[in-house]
Amino acid sequence: MKLLTHNMLTSKIIKGVQQGYPLGITATKVDVKEVDFNPDFVSRMIPKLDWPALCKAAEDVGHSAELPKEVVPEYETNEEFLKKAHHVLLQVEVIEGNLVCPESGRKFPVNNGIPNMLLNEDEV
Amino acid sequence: MSASIKTCQKYLLQFANEHVDFRTAELTALANLYGTTLKEDNLLHHNIKSPFLEVEFASEHLAKKIAGRSVLIKSLYELWSSGSSYEELNRKLKHLPAYLIAPYLKQDQTFRIQVDGYNKKLVQTDKVRKIEDLPLDFKGKVQLKEPDNSFHLLEYYGSVGEQPPDNPYAVYFGRWLADGQRDRIGQYHLQKRHFIGNTSMDAGLSMLMSNMGQVQRSRLVFDPFVGTGSLLVACAHHGGYVAGADIDYLLLHAKGKPSRHNQKKRASDESVRANLQQYGLSQYYIDILVADSSKQSLWRTSQLFDAIITDPPYGIREGAKKIGAENEDCYLTEEDKDGHVPQRINYQLSDIFKDLLNFAAKYLRQNGRLVYWFPVYIPDYREENIPTHPYLKLVSNCEQRLTAKVARRLVTMEKIMNDTGGEINEASIAIDHYEDASFRQKYFQPNRPTPNTSNSSLIRKTEK
Repeated sequence: MKLLTHNMLTSKIIKGVQQGYPLGITATKVDVKEVDFNPDFVSRMIPKLDWPALCKAAEDVGHSAELPKEVVPEYETNEEFLKKAHHVLLQVEVIEGNLVCPESGRKFPVNNGIPNMLLNEDEV
Repeated sequence: MSASIKTCQKYLLQFANEHVDFRTAELTALANLYGTTLKEDNLLHHNIKSPFLEVEFASEHLAKKIAGRSVLIKSLYELWSSGSSYEELNRKLKHLPAYLIAPYLKQDQTFRIQVDGYNKKLVQTDKVRKIEDLPLDFKGKVQLKEPDNSFHLLEYYGSVGEQPPDNPYAVYFGRWLADGQRDRIGQYHLQKRHFIGNTSMDAGLSMLMSNMGQVQRSRLVFDPFVGTGSLLVACAHHGGYVAGADIDYLLLHAKGKPSRHNQKKRASDESVRANLQQYGLSQYYIDILVADSSKQSLWRTSQLFDAIITDPPYGIREGAKKIGAENEDCYLTEEDKDGHVPQRINYQLSDIFKDLLNFAAKYLRQNGRLVYWFPVYIPDYREENIPTHPYLKLVSNCEQRLTAKVARRLVTMEKIMNDTGGEINEASIAIDHYEDASFRQKYFQPNRPTPNTSNSSLIRKTEK
């Protein structure tokens, strides 16, 4: 699971959970996989992100060193910034671990890089 | 004056002889993607029996871009002349302004002329005579392999299977410009795909769907019923970044039953990701989730996706399920939960479609597109069966026949209103196509079930 995906997911699907965001990450295996840099795509994603949540997620998986704490103005033309964002959003992947609902503590397992967001029938 | 001639060039499209109902829809979607609109006039005159269509584009560059991405167009020609007889064709050819054609007839330009009859095999001597009769003064040399200019004399003798007349109904003469994506279909053929399932979409239709969704470079595409990801392969081929979800844990983790007859077990690396890797498209992979697409609040932010492209389960080869309890007061103890497989209940087709439209209304960006298949029992089908949503405009609705009585319709919708971030569950269906019988019942019963005398208990058993 890429951190871009993590940034978009909530646990609000659980009955009674209000925000369910951001999900905590406890990772036992994290990989960095090379992905071609496409500044256009990264620029398109930036306005959709919750940046503080991205910073927290990067920290949770131990890849926050390079990531700026805030989105810089005119990021579209700032290649250095976009490359750092690209790395954290698309190259860092949680392979094994759990996503944790901030309100209920419910864990969603990530196996082989695929998060399992299914609930049990008594949670919906 | 000359400027106006130049900006109103005539082109000839030659379509493949399949999915005829989708031709103008795909053409319109691609023209729109590249920032132009086709004259309504051009499309109205399309006779679906003929593979040929005359159209106008503002420039050759634009024409090549549009035709070059189509899966239904075989070839694009600059149309020099057309007519319902050779007299008409040649008369028009003679009167072509010299400045338009002279550059291609020059001495330093190699060329070839190919003659083809649609629905009639032509003999070589006739072909030669027809070429010799052309009132054009070619000064260059003939070269069969990779000439500078390739000219085509195309004849239409009615639709395939009809008794062809002596003389063609229509003749066209044009300069070849580009071919569509027909050859790509073979390259992406499912036989050669690493990971396939029972309902994997064929390569041509997948690319058609991506075209209808106007997927292009740097766009984010989502498939809420992703399966083996065949639609996403096509979207990634067009440069879209892809994500998907499916309720089937075993399928996504390559632990389910294999779909190939000679295979006992799925290989551990069978995945959507591996499919993208196979075609060198892994850089477009975002993520695949095991998730129940009926639970929409999984996603934090609205207007997330540029396109939602999907083939929902119809309940024939893959069952339609969502998580839920059959009795209201269900409770699981901690012990139950360990290794528990959540209970799944049937997901009514009409609910799937309403949920899908509500999802699209919220999670598509403005002008983003929703493309999906809607299965129908032909004798019962009416336009009012297609679900509607106030935020989504119907762009096209094309039929693919599957059997004499069953078809599926490819529906394309565009988000036209900006949401305010709240819940917008306003999808509705004027007349429920599946009200008196599920699609599965309609599909398997040769005669349609009469209301009240239901044998649904039998059907239920087979569904489970």
